[in-house]
Amino acid sequence: MTAASLRLALVGAPNTGKTSLFNSLTGSRQKVANYPGVTVERKSGGFVTPEGRSVTVLDLPGTYSLRGRSPDEEITRDIVLGRFDGEAVPDLVLCVADATNLRLTLRLVLELKRVGRPMMLVLNMIDIARRRGVTIDLERMSQELGLPIVTSVAVRKGGVDELLKRTDEFLARSHEASASEWTTPTIADLKAAQREADRIIATAVTLPTKPDTLTTRIDSVVLHPVWGLVILAVILFVMFQAVFTWAQPAMELLSDGFSALGQLIHDILPESWSLVQSFLQNGLISGVGSVIVFLPQIIIIFLFILLLEDFGYMARAAFLMDRIMGGAGLHGRAFIPLLSSFACAIPGIMATRVIDNKRDRLTTILIAPLMTCSARIPVYTLIISAFVPATTVWGFVNLQGLVMFGLYAAGITSALTVSAIAKFFLWRDHAPAPFMLELPDYKIPRLNSIAIGVFTRAKMFLYRAGTTILSMMVLIWFLASFPQAPAGAEGPAINYSFAAMIGHALEPLLRPIGFNWQIAVALIPGMAAREVAVAALGTVYSIEGGKEAADQIGQVLAQKWTLATALSLLVWYIFAPQCASTLAVIRRETGGAKWMVVTFIYMLVLAYAASFLTFNLAQALGLH
Amino acid sequence: MTGDPNPIQDNPRDIRLGHADRGFVGKIIRLDALVTGSSLSPQELEQRLVEMGFVEGARVEILHEGTIRRDPIAVRVDNITIALRRSEAMAVIVEMAVIVE
Repeated sequence: MTAASLRLALVGAPNTGKTSLFNSLTGSRQKVANYPGVTVERKSGGFVTPEGRSVTVLDLPGTYSLRGRSPDEEITRDIVLGRFDGEAVPDLVLCVADATNLRLTLRLVLELKRVGRPMMLVLNMIDIARRRGVTIDLERMSQELGLPIVTSVAVRKGGVDELLKRTDEFLARSHEASASEWTTPTIADLKAAQREADRIIATAVTLPTKPDTLTTRIDSVVLHPVWGLVILAVILFVMFQAVFTWAQPAMELLSDGFSALGQLIHDILPESWSLVQSFLQNGLISGVGSVIVFLPQIIIIFLFILLLEDFGYMARAAFLMDRIMGGAGLHGRAFIPLLSSFACAIPGIMATRVIDNKRDRLTTILIAPLMTCSARIPVYTLIISAFVPATTVWGFVNLQGLVMFGLYAAGITSALTVSAIAKFFLWRDHAPAPFMLELPDYKIPRLNSIAIGVFTRAKMFLYRAGTTILSMMVLIWFLASFPQAPAGAEGPAINYSFAAMIGHALEPLLRPIGFNWQIAVALIPGMAAREVAVAALGTVYSIEGGKEAADQIGQVLAQKWTLATALSLLVWYIFAPQCASTLAVIRRETGGAKWMVVTFIYMLVLAYAASFLTFNLAQALGLH
Repeated sequence: MTGDPNPIQDNPRDIRLGHADRGFVGKIIRLDALVTGSSLSPQELEQRLVEMGFVEGARVEILHEGTIRRDPIAVRVDNITIALRRSEAMAVIVEMAVIVE
């Protein structure tokens, strides 16, 4: 054996437990990145076999065949065929199959065999298959397929021991790859392969007389035309409650921690280093802090998403929502990403990876920032409490609550409208992607695998906060801090900065929508994160103090702004692309600046138009 | 099937899966993707259906229907369950099972 580590590739149909297998092989030693030039996730990891061979594993995107009908599937095909630039051909292909459901995977196995790479078939979830009464004659099947077969229970401790042992045995012998005979299968090839797969199953597998009744029973409620939607609504409600209430203490702790850290740095450094002080406290720590505060919400959202996915519910949610979302030109699978965007558009956009079709995914990414994320809440609350009286309308509705609801509804409506328009103008020549997916049997989620998944996402988010987002924050700090106020100058220092210059320069542009230069200035640091605008407004109106100042800001604003201006700013916040982090994530996820620019421009135009209408309408109605 | 632009004459018991109701049990006779409401080309649609296990002779049963216009449908194909829209299910020609009481 050479010292270089051996390359293993996991291939398999969706829902075969491939990812759980990958998790139990590599533990937390995994790396998630993108393949160059495409937005397909590249998951790799490493482990050492019992005999000390170091192995790297690549978890290839799930696929039913090597035809490559989506960018993900093309990656799988090209890597297996060894024609992907920058990616070495795997030394051993592990084809992962769900032992309870062999039909579709065996056909894939037959297709993979034609590629000629050394290969082994892993029958995963063998425990569930046995419990259900599926008996598999492994020797017979191995003979029929001409491949070594190993069973595994990816989710149980020790469940991959045999796989590790057999990998060692396999690698100890030398294996020559034979020449590839693979060609894109025709319909006739597919059918012939399916018949062959069915024949092998008939000879080697005894199926139980009764199908999995538990799944059938759960589905009769969960997919019920009425109760199914009710259950979905309840699940969503719980998820939202969790995101907002469970995350709250952790978020406050983080937020307080970062301000304390900032203050500490401020106090440690000598007064003469005021620039360094300001950079570390206001630029670096509060900038990164304002993004990391969302980590608890991101963890909770992904915990729910991965739990539901592992349980097998996600495909059902897509089934229930497909027609409803379809009205707005969205795919059923866009539902969860859009839902996550109510907490924060960043995990929402990251979650669009579940959508296979590129155009459906782009549409979802484009509209995700219109969902009312939690960073808008501080801004909404400030303005509403300052300008909208807490009176009761229609006998039982709180007017402030009604306005808040209206802002949420406006976000959703505009997102659906934008999607319908995008579908019509951008993808008119492209017919909608079909909705065709397997509804896997329900399985009890394994916490270990979920924990690894959540950990990987959190790491990805932090990595981004530390790179792209950080550089944006530093830029915004720079604009708000330079040039510095001259000695003995009056008023807050930000009034002398580039931000103020930009604010003044923008004022004529923003006057038609009722914004004064102070608002324009506050909007610039507000690009870092929406809620930062609240603090920035406090700064420009020279209000000192931390959180307690929020009430005070409200009072000042109520005196300085007209109601028309306040309403216009509320409407602005529904649409405006006021979040550098979201834009940075769009850029990363779409693999280029193009869609980031598109998002920025369309949201800006919408915000301006809507605020213009609101302001002028409000003035015409005499709301001062 | 009135209004079917591509009627299936061979056997009066043959219908398109896209027209069947919940509870339908039958067997796949053949695939005919030429005239469907699907956006996919007939060849692509047929390939995808085969990849999802819709092959001649497979037993199919419609287990569930969506809320709006009873679309999409969840179909048991032998021992796996596939969700798909009725427009794509139009390509699957099925024969109603003779119910043995």
